Amino acid sequence: MTAAIEANELIKKYPPDVTALDGVSLAVEPGSIFGLLGPNGAGKSTTVRILTALSQPDSGSVRVAGHDAASEAAAVRRAIGVVGQKHGADPEATGRENLVLQGEFYGITGADLRERVRTSLQTFGLESAADRQVKTYSGGMARRLDVAMGLLHRPRVLFMDEPTTGLDPEARLEMWSGIEALAREEEITILLTTHYMEEADSLASQIAIIDHGRVVAEGTPEGLKSDLRGDTIHIELAGREDDRAAGALADVDGVSDVTRDGRTLHARVADGGAAIPGVLAALSAAGSELASVTVARPSLDEVYLRYAGHAYAAEDEGGQR
Amino acid sequence: MSAALRQTWQVTMRGVRVLLRQPGYLGITLTQPIIWLLLFGALFKSIASIPGFHGGSYINYLTPGIVMMLAISSAGWTGMGFVEDIGHGVLDRMLTSPVWRGALNAGTVLYAVLTIVIQSLLIVVLALVLGANYRGGVGGVALMILVAALLGAIFASLSNGVGLLTRQRETLIGAVSFIILPLTFLSGALMQQSLAPHWIQDVAKYNPVNWAVQSARSAAMQHIDWGLVLPRLGLLLAFALLAAAFATRAFRRYQRSL
Repeated sequence: MTAAIEANELIKKYPPDVTALDGVSLAVEPGSIFGLLGPNGAGKSTTVRILTALSQPDSGSVRVAGHDAASEAAAVRRAIGVVGQKHGADPEATGRENLVLQGEFYGITGADLRERVRTSLQTFGLESAADRQVKTYSGGMARRLDVAMGLLHRPRVLFMDEPTTGLDPEARLEMWSGIEALAREEEITILLTTHYMEEADSLASQIAIIDHGRVVAEGTPEGLKSDLRGDTIHIELAGREDDRAAGALADVDGVSDVTRDGRTLHARVADGGAAIPGVLAALSAAGSELASVTVARPSLDEVYLRYAGHAYAAEDEGGQR
Repeated sequence: MSAALRQTWQVTMRGVRVLLRQPGYLGITLTQPIIWLLLFGALFKSIASIPGFHGGSYINYLTPGIVMMLAISSAGWTGMGFVEDIGHGVLDRMLTSPVWRGALNAGTVLYAVLTIVIQSLLIVVLALVLGANYRGGVGGVALMILVAALLGAIFASLSNGVGLLTRQRETLIGAVSFIILPLTFLSGALMQQSLAPHWIQDVAKYNPVNWAVQSARSAAMQHIDWGLVLPRLGLLLAFALLAAAFATRAFRRYQRSL
């Protein structure tokens, strides 16, 4: 079966010298949920803008739902739904008015449109708020309206750019189950971007990790995690940053992939518990004082660390928003 | 085509609903014409007694001028809607839909034109109360309002284009406040051209506001001179279509910059 979304070697530069995408390729199977994971500023939104034919790459090609995004942009637009990172609803208009205008833009009119809007408001629990201005909505309600608008014309492919950013935990869980139901029951292909590891882990059947405009790892969450084989240890140094501790750590038997992030050292071992005594002894011999030592089972955080070469949280804080 | 017209109308109604929900803004929109006519009328009243002024009473002379001045000032703010839409993510959402880009422009232009028609009617009625004498009759007044609509359409499209290309409120505010007075003063809106310096008369020949004022004055206030009105109407129409094409293309430029 051909991919529902296919991107080849996308390159996008912004003047004067920002390379937002540096050769992004990905393929999404029909009916699946694909997670594009990465910190803010990694190139997720740029990728989504290009995949949805909103903007164009400097080079590379995109096919969505069987249509070329450059030469058949109108066909792509009809086939897809988009839930943007910012709220796309008009805050001055009511929920119903927003849905009606959205439908008209897709050529849905009359009784058909009224019926779809009514059903949609019901599905997304917005009936009682339907005739209130969107600016009076809570964050969760506004987000549900965004999704309702994205689905009104019954697209085969849905793009969601950070659908749960800014939602409270309860609304986030609700969104997760909604997204799962869409893929399972409606067989809609969903590409979602997120900077929450656990979101990609729990929702997506396929993940691409994007970092500095490149896809650094791709696979199923389980596959990516099992590729790591073994545990990760994180060691926070109490003293100054130096490479001596890292050197000593790398010399310990069974320790591999030592990386340093400021004062924190990361390394891979087959069995964390068994390796700790040897590690502690080596660091003590090297004269390094330790603030903390933790052992982590494989998670997507570890996957990210492995492929991006730096820890996820550190990048996230420094990332642009 | 019918889909394009439907979408245009839907975009227009979006603006109308916002206006009706904001009584304060609606009030300003309706009060502004009254204030302008009263203030300008009072301030420049004695122009009518300058030797060489042959426009009759100043209110007769001023009314078409105020109609056109209001048309460009109302229309000039049209692009602010898209600047707001960009900020809210509304424009990107609309542009991921297959909506005809021309409808996004035409709908907001039509909204501006509706506003201008209502404001012009207010001026017409108020001027009548103040003693204006519409020699062109109902037809002449209707033609004046049509001219105002065309002039407004030009500036609404230009405003949309500038808003989309610069995406900044400040730039748009600057542009609108920068051009309104020069365009008005470099025309016969407030002052008879033969009493203005020669260079102003020369520049005014190329000023759409002046084309509009001359046509409207001829149609509504005098015995209409079709030889003067028709070519200017044609120019205004051509200019309006050009400006609409520019604004519609600006959506593509905006998307390319994303």
